[in-house]
Amino acid sequence: MQEGAVLEMRGICKEFPGVRALHNVDFTLREGEIHALMGENGAGKSTLIKVLTGVHPKDGGEVHIKGIEGPAVIRSPQDAQNAGISTVYQEITLCPNLTVAENMYIGRTKGMGANWKAMNDGAGKILTSLGIPASPKQQLGSCSIAVQQMVAIARAVDMECKVLILDEPTSSLDEQEVVKLFGLMRDLKAKGVGIIFVTHFLEQVYEVCDRITVLRDGQLVGEYVIEDLPRVQLVSKMLGKELDDMADIKGETGGTAVSLEGDPVLEATGLCSNAGIKPFDFSIRKGEVTGFTGLLGSGRSECVRAIFGADHVTGGNVKMDGKAVKIRKPLDAMKKGIGYLPEDRKGDGIVGDLSVRENIILALQVMKGFFRPFSRAQAEAFADEYIKLLEIKTASSDTPIKSLSGGNQQKCILARWLLTDPKYLILDEPTRGIDIGTKIEIQKLVLKLAAEGKSVTFISSEIDEMLRTCSRLIVMRDRKAVGELNGEDLTQTKIMATIAGGDKE
Amino acid sequence: MTTPVKDPKAPVQKPREGLLKRLTRHQLFIPLAALALLVLFNLIADPSFFMVTMKENSLGNPVLSGNIISVLDNASELVILAIGMTLVTASSGGQDISVGAAMAIAGSVILRLVCGGQVSADTMAMPLILAVLAGVVVSALFGAFNGALVAYFKIQPMVATLILFTAGRSIAAWINNNQLPIMNDLSFKYAGTFLPGIPVPTPIFITAAVILFFWLALKFTNLGLYTQSVGINASSSRLNGLDPKLIKLLTYVILGVCVAIAGFVRVSRSGSINYSRIAENIEMDAILAVALGGNALGGGKFNIYGSIVGAYVIQFLTTTLYKYEVPSTALPAYKAVVVILLVVLSAPVVQEKLANLKRAPVKAAKEVS
Repeated sequence: MQEGAVLEMRGICKEFPGVRALHNVDFTLREGEIHALMGENGAGKSTLIKVLTGVHPKDGGEVHIKGIEGPAVIRSPQDAQNAGISTVYQEITLCPNLTVAENMYIGRTKGMGANWKAMNDGAGKILTSLGIPASPKQQLGSCSIAVQQMVAIARAVDMECKVLILDEPTSSLDEQEVVKLFGLMRDLKAKGVGIIFVTHFLEQVYEVCDRITVLRDGQLVGEYVIEDLPRVQLVSKMLGKELDDMADIKGETGGTAVSLEGDPVLEATGLCSNAGIKPFDFSIRKGEVTGFTGLLGSGRSECVRAIFGADHVTGGNVKMDGKAVKIRKPLDAMKKGIGYLPEDRKGDGIVGDLSVRENIILALQVMKGFFRPFSRAQAEAFADEYIKLLEIKTASSDTPIKSLSGGNQQKCILARWLLTDPKYLILDEPTRGIDIGTKIEIQKLVLKLAAEGKSVTFISSEIDEMLRTCSRLIVMRDRKAVGELNGEDLTQTKIMATIAGGDKE
Repeated sequence: MTTPVKDPKAPVQKPREGLLKRLTRHQLFIPLAALALLVLFNLIADPSFFMVTMKENSLGNPVLSGNIISVLDNASELVILAIGMTLVTASSGGQDISVGAAMAIAGSVILRLVCGGQVSADTMAMPLILAVLAGVVVSALFGAFNGALVAYFKIQPMVATLILFTAGRSIAAWINNNQLPIMNDLSFKYAGTFLPGIPVPTPIFITAAVILFFWLALKFTNLGLYTQSVGINASSSRLNGLDPKLIKLLTYVILGVCVAIAGFVRVSRSGSINYSRIAENIEMDAILAVALGGNALGGGKFNIYGSIVGAYVIQFLTTTLYKYEVPSTALPAYKAVVVILLVVLSAPVVQEKLANLKRAPVKAAKEVS
């Protein structure tokens, strides 16, 4: 092992049916360092973490841990814990209805008895030493998400871990909470704990990390000291191409020169819903691609959900083609020619156990009605048409959709809505969690649809994707529409500035 | 790449599945195999089990008689319930445990109406069809009650239907002022026994009609797609324009109608009713039939024919055990053994293990070559 290293992974391989998820990946974590693990979705970050924590058995390679002779054997999360590796996942995996102290000691007490006093005292001590604002006897569910996250970390720390894995810990935290979390991470670092930090937020990486390891397509791209790797370089390493390559998409499809005249397809004024967004105005013209941008939780999804009637609409007026319409539930919107690809593909998009065919025809079938099912042959024809058109990789149209890869699942959902031939298509994060090739295909498709005269709203966390596809952006902050950018203003810096707010430069 | 390894992007070749494997993977395989085993057992032990003869029934009419006829006849209520139970399971991911008690209610309503409130009546006080329709409406309303608790109040199905499970038989008794009405009109018993001049028990025809109805409903409506979609992912179903709550409610109403038909068959077998004993424990057999049919009790995808075969397996087993004079008190224990075997065999964990066992020798052979 290298001097100062707490963890070394050498030549890790992992194969899943049909894909090689990890191929000869090396990873080294040193004492007292915060090490970012970066890569696009599907690059192999989570697989690497899961191999390390014993969730997935590895197919090849060795793991060395400081203080353990020879290659470490990690066959279960319990083994990982005993070896001093603790993990805090994106979703809190603690029990909200137990107290903070109980959560910290759950599964660690020896025997059947519990020494409540010792437990509460011990928990209190750790909480104060880490500066976590929670009382041991408090119910965990009554703490804020950030504090819950910190309790999870405190639990990990108390298990005297050498390696702490934080898997997207900041995705549900607000700015101040992130600052607190980073404070805690720096404290731990000072105590010599090695931290693996998995995140999508570039800013955060540059704020707190010492080193970066980049993965792409299951292979190691390289390990870098943070000062040596400017942001642009990092992005191009993650994507595996120079940024200029990607800027061409617009050009290929003839640009997005949209006629700014023409009547709006949809016009909403003062729309708001029970999801807690402030009333907003929105309109979109024929052949136009607009976007909602803003940080996670800024209310972009809630806006489009209100338009589609997915949340309970509590106020505002909507006009389509100049006529006032009432959209109270998704079916109303569908009948008016609106399609909606939801943000949460697994939870809101696919119907997992149903076949690809059934998933594709679902929306059109529902619009057609209960007593008028498509014949098998007709459904088959629809499915085959779109499987071919969108190049969906599936064994057959009978395959359950859940066994497809994320990108192909997403294409099925796209096919579902294209089949309904909508006038206005809302795509909420269609590119999340899918491979880069599919991402570009989807972006091209958006521009093609617009060229055919359909209106599209495109939402993505990746600003450059939005820049490439949208001709107008609505910027959201704190559940409020705070600005609208188009034309000259559509630049990365301008968007960033608007997202951050004009008052703080 | 310097070493001659496989291209990392190349998909791992899936071995082509043989006919036998596809057959054993089919959802209906286990229930059908169980049925075949029972048939085989009886064939070997005593082939006379399958003998069907013409005998005179109590009215002096020649009718078919034999164990097979009795299996088909006695399974009727269970098959009808299992169909409804399958839909409820698929849409709501839970089961209705009140079907036995609800059958008592439906039977009680029908008897009360045809007897006109008398304890013992020799002629029907109103046309039978109207009485049955009333039973169907009442039962559908109770189904809607269960469904509303599950769909709109989001109460777990087992807990929601526990209410009617507990209260149902009392309600049934209350409908008839706690009396046990007896209908002596022979035509009332046509549905539960034999139609004049026809040697096959009527419940077999009724069951066939119900099965046919659901076959058509699944073919010519979106009942299957909608219930499965809602059961698998209610949230995404809603975003595709479905109303998950309404669909759940609907399946409970459909089960209510099935319950009424089953209740009618049951009371017209004897022309009378025993509130505490009628269709006792049938809810458990109905749930079992759904599970034996290879349907996930957690909801989602379903195969209605699996449940139907499952119901016949249960009845076949019961009849076989009776034939070998297993005392009725010991019957459940024997049944339990068989059920454990079937359920464990069809569990995904075991299926996966079995599949691995089969695959392992093949893989080893390949590596050698």
